[in-house]
Amino acid sequence: MSADRPDLGWNGLQLLTLCVYIFMFAPIIVVVLLAFNSARTGSFPMEGFSFVWFGKLFENASIMDAFQTSLVLAVTSSFLATAIGVMAAIALIRYSFKGKAVINNLLSLPLLMPEVVLGVALLMFLKFLEQPRSYMLLLLGHTILSLPYVVLVVQARLVGMRQHYEEAAMSLGANRLQTFFAVTLPLMAPAVLGGFLFAATLSFDNITATLFWKKPGIETVPTKIFAMLRTSISPEINALGAVMIVITVALPLVGGFVVRRFAKGK
Amino acid sequence: MNAVELHRITRRFSSAVVAVDNIDLTVPAGAFVTLLGPSGCGKTTTLRMIAGLETPDEGDVMIKGNRMNEVPIHRRNLGMVFQNYALFPHKTIYDNVAFGLKYRNVGKDEIRRRVKQALDIVRLPGVEERFPAQLSGGQQQRIALARALVIEPDVLLLDEPLSALDANLREEMRVELKNIQRRIGVATVFVTHDQGEALAMSDLVVVMNKGHIEQMGAPTEVYEQPRSEFVASFLGNANFLPATVRQVASDGISVDLGAAGALLVSDAARPVSPGEAVKVVVRAEKIDIAPPGNGGLSATVADVDYLGSMARYQMELPGGHRLLSLVSLKDRALELGQSVSLQINPRHCRIL
Repeated sequence: MSADRPDLGWNGLQLLTLCVYIFMFAPIIVVVLLAFNSARTGSFPMEGFSFVWFGKLFENASIMDAFQTSLVLAVTSSFLATAIGVMAAIALIRYSFKGKAVINNLLSLPLLMPEVVLGVALLMFLKFLEQPRSYMLLLLGHTILSLPYVVLVVQARLVGMRQHYEEAAMSLGANRLQTFFAVTLPLMAPAVLGGFLFAATLSFDNITATLFWKKPGIETVPTKIFAMLRTSISPEINALGAVMIVITVALPLVGGFVVRRFAKGK
Repeated sequence: MNAVELHRITRRFSSAVVAVDNIDLTVPAGAFVTLLGPSGCGKTTTLRMIAGLETPDEGDVMIKGNRMNEVPIHRRNLGMVFQNYALFPHKTIYDNVAFGLKYRNVGKDEIRRRVKQALDIVRLPGVEERFPAQLSGGQQQRIALARALVIEPDVLLLDEPLSALDANLREEMRVELKNIQRRIGVATVFVTHDQGEALAMSDLVVVMNKGHIEQMGAPTEVYEQPRSEFVASFLGNANFLPATVRQVASDGISVDLGAAGALLVSDAARPVSPGEAVKVVVRAEKIDIAPPGNGGLSATVADVDYLGSMARYQMELPGGHRLLSLVSLKDRALELGQSVSLQINPRHCRIL
């Protein structure tokens, strides 16, 4: 076996890895770079460095509206999904009852179902109930979409968490509710926070189902971008994209940091 | 008043699986009672029914004379120690030990005093501000004990608390646990599959098998006078010799061992009559070995297991039956194939 053969393979692998990373991140980098381009046309070469498109973004009332809608929707829907998801996970892991397997499967069904199908189905259901499309539909829809993720994340944590902690707390005189707040919730807090951030990111990003559910006139950030792209490719979109990237990347990172700090018991 | 009484308790996990089958058990005040048996014998389920973590399908659980079946675990005033300590990892040692007091309307100063006292009892003063992960396994188990004792429980329930510790520490903790229990005088139910722990610590050993109680009694009683083959084989190293009763007399029962000869037995688990086929239990460490021709049973050494301070021999009797013999070595070990005479005192044999 010659000595330089493994090196050749190793170099090849490094090159391949580099290519994959470039393919994954180059478009993102391009969007962020062009957001700072002072030229009117969103393309290379860049003419100068400027925050002008960010300024335009903040002056654009419809984009700001969309932003607000998206944020409120993300926070409320993930709050709902987390509250329901935590309770569901506890029921599924800590208790035994009739139809448990069925409920478990039903809860994760939205994961497997194409979003388009789910979007249309919920819309049809609303038609059947003779209700107009509303913000409520959007909120419920996003909650349904992110619920299985919360359930899965919290379930995984609960499975790994020995029931002995809860039994010890109860043997010492804490009732079920006191045990939940004193022991169960703190111990699964990382998973609860993780599930919440996961749900928020999913809701903030969602476009397919949102297009079906949103009332005319209401726009979230992704549907707004989609609408803007139909008329023109403005550099504002790059700026908006950059902001989206910062939010969707920073949120989980901050969450992860908080969780790690928390886990150290400080 | 008895600390715990179980009256005809049954627990079924399904129609086919009966974890605990109609058992009666009494834990006198201040007593150390051990539930001993292999895994799946129902000992842990029994403990969990006393705790209120399992509900019996039939029968009554009484604690200090009160029926507890419907009382939830957090109102039973129990101290519980688990195999894996179950200290709350997100709370300091102080908050762990103080946990039970916070649900008992105890004043702040009183809590501080009692936590300190509990940590002194388990000989770990000054660790209040640390987190469980910063302590060793043995220390964590002491904190778990302190947390269970600080609430002054009516009953202390120990679910294999020593089995997660390594061998040396386990022995040390065993002695300490027993000392603390004796000093405080709290009635204790201890679950283990380790016969050494059971014999060394208990006032009363309850040997369980397949959801039944096989035998209960003082450690010497269950060891010396096993009532069944299961008890005899679970505790210590026992030999079982198939035999036929020849004669029942006032000085003992003589049994026929076939080709191996005859044996005089002074003790029987039940009344027997001549001609009956029985089994004779002989403890491996109670067989004396003498040079051949000194009476007793003649045998040859079929296997030698040299253990340093001890030796384990397989002694083959005429007719092919083998006896395990455990001997502490003062001299050289016997050699393979050597002929010996096995002297077995009638007091050390028992008919099942």
